[in-house]
Parts: sequence; C-alpha cells; structure tokens
Amino acid sequence: MLVLEDVHTHYGKIEALHGVSVEVKKGEIVSLIGANGAGKTTLLMTVCGNPQATSGRVILQGRDITRDLTSNIMRSGIAIVPEGRRVFSGLTVEENLHMGGFFNTKSEIRKSQDHVYELFPRLKEREHQRAGTMSGGEQQMLAIGRALMSKPNMIILDEPSLGLAPLVIKQIFEIIGKLREEGITVFLVEQNAHQALNLADRGYVLETGRIRLHDTGKNLLANPDVQNAYLGG
Amino acid sequence: MAAHNLKHALFCAIVTLIISYPILGFNLASEGTTVTLEGAKTSTVVGVLLAAVIVFLFQLFRDTLMGSLRQLPAVNPLTNRKPMEQSKRLKLDSVLLTLMIIGALIWPFIASRGAVDLSTLVLIYIMLALGLNVVVGLAGLLDLGYVAFYAVGAYTFALLSQYYGVSFWFALPIGALLAALFGLVLGFPVLRLRGDYLAIVTLGFGEIIRILLNNMTNLTGGPNGIGGIPDPTLFGMEFGRRVKEEGNTSFHETFGIAYSGEHKVIFLYLIALVLAVITAIAIRRLMRMPVGRAWEALREDEIAAKSLGLNRTAVKLSAFTIGAFFAGFAGTVFASKQGFISPESFVFLESAIILAIVVLGGMGSQMGVILAAIAVTILPELAREFSEYRMLIFGAAMVLMMVWRPQGLLPMRRIHIELKKQE
Ligand SMILES: Nc1ncnc2c1ncn2[C@@H]1O[C@H](COP(=O)(O)OP(=O)(O)OP(=O)(O)O)[C@@H](O)[C@H]1O
Ligand SMILES: [Mg+2]
Repeated sequence: MLVLEDVHTHYGKIEALHGVSVEVKKGEIVSLIGANGAGKTTLLMTVCGNPQATSGRVILQGRDITRDLTSNIMRSGIAIVPEGRRVFSGLTVEENLHMGGFFNTKSEIRKSQDHVYELFPRLKEREHQRAGTMSGGEQQMLAIGRALMSKPNMIILDEPSLGLAPLVIKQIFEIIGKLREEGITVFLVEQNAHQALNLADRGYVLETGRIRLHDTGKNLLANPDVQNAYLGG
Repeated sequence: MAAHNLKHALFCAIVTLIISYPILGFNLASEGTTVTLEGAKTSTVVGVLLAAVIVFLFQLFRDTLMGSLRQLPAVNPLTNRKPMEQSKRLKLDSVLLTLMIIGALIWPFIASRGAVDLSTLVLIYIMLALGLNVVVGLAGLLDLGYVAFYAVGAYTFALLSQYYGVSFWFALPIGALLAALFGLVLGFPVLRLRGDYLAIVTLGFGEIIRILLNNMTNLTGGPNGIGGIPDPTLFGMEFGRRVKEEGNTSFHETFGIAYSGEHKVIFLYLIALVLAVITAIAIRRLMRMPVGRAWEALREDEIAAKSLGLNRTAVKLSAFTIGAFFAGFAGTVFASKQGFISPESFVFLESAIILAIVVLGGMGSQMGVILAAIAVTILPELAREFSEYRMLIFGAAMVLMMVWRPQGLLPMRRIHIELKKQE
C-alpha cells in the first residue's frame, strides 16, 4: 500500500530523516513510535509531500508520489489526521466534515457523514457547534471524522491520543480498530507506545531520523530495549 | 500602583511638551536677510500646556477611563441581545434587505441631485468593499493595493472609449475581466507570501500601477488624466442635451419630456445600484459554494486545508481574482460617473479607505460592510467644516472601534444550511 525507500528529508540544510524505509501493507495497522523530535511527524508529512523527500522514493498504491504535489497526493485515497488535530475552529462540526469531503459529490458526502456520525455519535449531538468550542477529545474525533469523509483506503494518524484522558484514548483506539475491520489501512504515530503496539500488526521504532527496530507489535512490546525506552521499564 | 501611574503620567506629559513645543511654540520669521526664531503667540503656548495637562490627566486616570469605555458595549443595544434563531434571523435579514433595496430605489426621486450623486459614490464604495471583503475578510489575504484593480477597470473604459469609441456597456465586462486577469497574473507570484509580506508587496504593486499610469504619458495622458469619458446609454438613448453618437437617440426626446441634467445622475445611480446588488448576490452565492468554504478553511488553518487536498495557490488565487473582478466593475462605473479620471483618484489612501470599510463593517459580513461604506463616505460630507480634520476623525473612530467593538459593526455570522430536522 505505502512504501518508503531510503527516504531522506531536509529542513533547509538540516537533515531530519536519514534514510528511512517503511512499508505498510494493505489492511494492516502499522504503528510508528519514537521520542520527541525523532522525526515521526516529518516522516508522515513527507508522505504527504510537505516537505518533499530530498532523496529516496515514496510509493503509494504502486505509484511513485515522491515528487507529487500535496494537493494531488491527498486526493488519491489517503487521508491524514494531523498532529494537534487542526480542526477549523470557526466552522461548525458539520461544515468541518463537509470540508473533509470537499472533492466528493453531495450524495457521497451525505453517506460518509452518516457513517462518521455512526462511529462518533457525540459528533452528531454537536453537529452545529463551532469546532473551536469543543473539548479536546471531541475535536480529535472530529479530526478523524473529517479525514474519513474522503473515503480513504488508508488513513494516517499523528499522535491522536495527545493530551487526552485515558478513557477518551481508549475510545479512540477502539475506533482505530474498527477502521481496520472496515478495510482501511492504518498508519499510526504514537507516543502512547503500549496501546499503539498492542493494536498494531507491525511496528517501527524511529530514533533521531533512523529506523532502529522493526517487528510485529507483540514482539516489540516484549523487547527489553523498547520496554526500557518507551514503556517506562 | 498609584505612584507608578503618577510617574508614568508625568513622563507622558513631558514627552508631549518636548514633542509639541518645538513644533508649535516657535515661528521662523525673516528679518531682512536673516531668519530669526521667535516665540509663538501666548494662545499657542497655552494650548500646548493645556494639551500636556490633558495627556497627564488621561494617563493618570487611564485605567478607570478605559475601564468605563469597555463597559460601553452594555449601552450598545446590539450586544446584549440574545442571538436570534437562525430561521428568524434569515427572515429578518431578507426583509431588511428588501426594504433597503426598495428604499434605495425610491431615493433618487426624492433626494437632491447632489445627494444622488453622492449615493452613487457610496454604491461604488460598496462594490469595492464587498470585493475586498472576499480577499481580506473571507480568504484572509491582506491586500493593501486593491485600488490597482479599481484603476485597471476605470482606465480600461477610459482608454477603450478614447481610442476605440467603446460604449459603457461593452467596457463594463471587459474592464472587470481585465482587472480579474491582472489579479490572476499578479496574484500568482505574490500569493506565495504570507501575512505582512503579502501586505507590503500588494502595497507596492498598487503604487506601481499608479506610477505607471502617471508616466505612460502618450497612452494615458499621465497626470493630466483622460477626459470625455461617455455616459452610459439606455438602449441606445443618450442622456445629454444633444446626441453625440450617430444612431443614438436622446432620452428626453424619446419620452417627450423636458431635458434635465438630473436624468443622467439618476440613471447612473440606478446602474450603480443594480451592479452593487448583483455584486452582493454573486458574492453571497460564492460564499455558500465549495470555493467559498475553501477560502474560509484556508484562512482558518492552512495545513489542515492542504491535508484535505486543497490547492493553496488555486484557492487563494480564486479569491484574489474574484476580488479584482468586482473592483474592475466599480472602476468602470466610477470612470463613467466622473467623466474624467487621473492617477490621483487611485492613490494608496483609497486602498486604505476601502480596507477601513471592510474592517469597520466586521470582516466577512456583507451587511456590516454596506453600513460601513455608507458611514465612511457620507460622514465626511456631513462634517464639511471639519474636512481638514477628516483623517484625524477617521483615525480616532478606528481606535474607538477597536476598543469598543473589535469585531466590527456587524461581525460575520456564518450561515449554515440546516438539514431537515429529525423527530
Ligand atoms: N518546519 C521545520 N523546520 C525546521 N526543522 C524542523 C521543522 N519541523 C521539524 N523540524 C525538526 O525536525 C526534527 C524532527 O521533528 P518532528 O516534528 O518530525 O518530530 P516528532 O517525532 O514528530 O516529535 P514529536 O513527538 O514531539 O511530535 C526535529 O529536530 C525538529 O526540530
Ligand atoms: Mg510530531
């Protein structure tokens, strides 16, 4: 589904990714964990073409998208829930969702909207509320819902549990599990290593711009190095 | 706290003295070949001292004063009102709009010629402000050179009529389209910039257009401008005393009424009114279309908008181009109304005034923009005696607004489409 081959990404002269190779297969949940500043967000944004990789290749569904425009990449069956949610705070919940289905027809939008409300009944209740006035958890649900509106084959989530209460985190992870059942491929970046690896089929550990470890979720959870560094010993 | 205030107030008073006394308190007088400095009249000195005292007192009691100023919204009838239900509000909105349009239609037949002429100018400003509102209010692009597109529209008509004898009705769409084309071509490199940088570059661009018009003397007549721009015709009927162009008839002869200069003024007003209404409706439509939502989304959060597949440049360019289009519209009407244009009509101050209308009206709100356009154009006319202090009053009004009602006269209330109610 998504393949990164020896990807290098720079911010100006500074190299943030030093040759990263990652593969996400169709139907999988793949988790990427790593410390602050490891380059997780950079990796995801490189997939979206903002910034573009300076060398290496990014292949989405068999097509090389390394040099594609962000706007084109994001219309080819992939959706991202960006770090920090980034809902349109002045727009209502419904309008936010409609923005997510910007390139779809009216009837498609209606369908996906109903589907999102099914996944998140809470959003339905708040349909006409301004997104900016909602709680962090609700905003995160909205951000995920908005990403789902374009009916993606693959969804990328950047730290969806950031700053949320344990109960809400649990809910979010349940939804992510549900997405897999619907056949959506999930690429998940998390600080919350325990839950992320538990849910994942496979996992990667990123350290200062390099992939350190790569294994199944279960094995990584059992790995002493991972336990020490990311699971609090 | 009090001691600190006192110190601060003293400091401000002294600064006032230091700044104003040398400027106002001395006069240069020539005595033969030498120039001597002499003290000003006592009244001026007293005035300066008085100003210092006022500054001192204001600074001393600033907290209390500003505090009570902030209480003012309670006096404002609009603020403490509960928000109306959406359906009720929309109904009221449309009733109000209809009344306004009916009033505007009757107006030229009861008002004096001068008042109608001024109203035409108000309508032109409404068009301009509605267009700029798309760029600044909706898309969030600070454009300080908007007047350039106004100039393009006006000069398109002026030049076309001068060199090719093109009539108003032909020039109107051409002027608007050409202005839009300018917006497109100039927006393309410029819109990569953000915020302040964009503001500076558009400001420069506005000046460049004006300077070009000033210096391309053989084409535009330079500072002398272009005169003899024809009035609009009504189905081939001219409004002058005598018919200028062959094949046309004259309005008063066709209808068998006495010639009156007022006909033309009223006709121009009505044209401006129709165009302003068209502008308002068109932009209202656009706001509800996907492109309108894209403007807002991009203004709210660029990264999120991009992550949804929106093309940043395309969305911004569309706002810039559409804004320019309506400025071109307004420019054509302006040229026709004045009959004469010169670069002087398109200085930076014009851009600033249009921007002030948008800000005063409450960014994004159409009704607010319309009210602000009326206020900003008419108030200086009412206060003719103070015309020297126009800019001063203007500035003071802006400052007061920002303290009192920073969201503008009528801040934008977003319209959302309500789907069928369940249960
Ligand atoms: N826009 C930018 N310009 C310059 N450097 C950047 C930029 N964005 C990120 N970086 C740098 O790239 C490195 C990786 O940052 P990145 O945001 O990808 O980390 P992260 O793993 O997502 O961290 P976190 O868990 O805190 O979100 C950091 O050293 C950061 O300072
Ligand atoms: Mg990050």
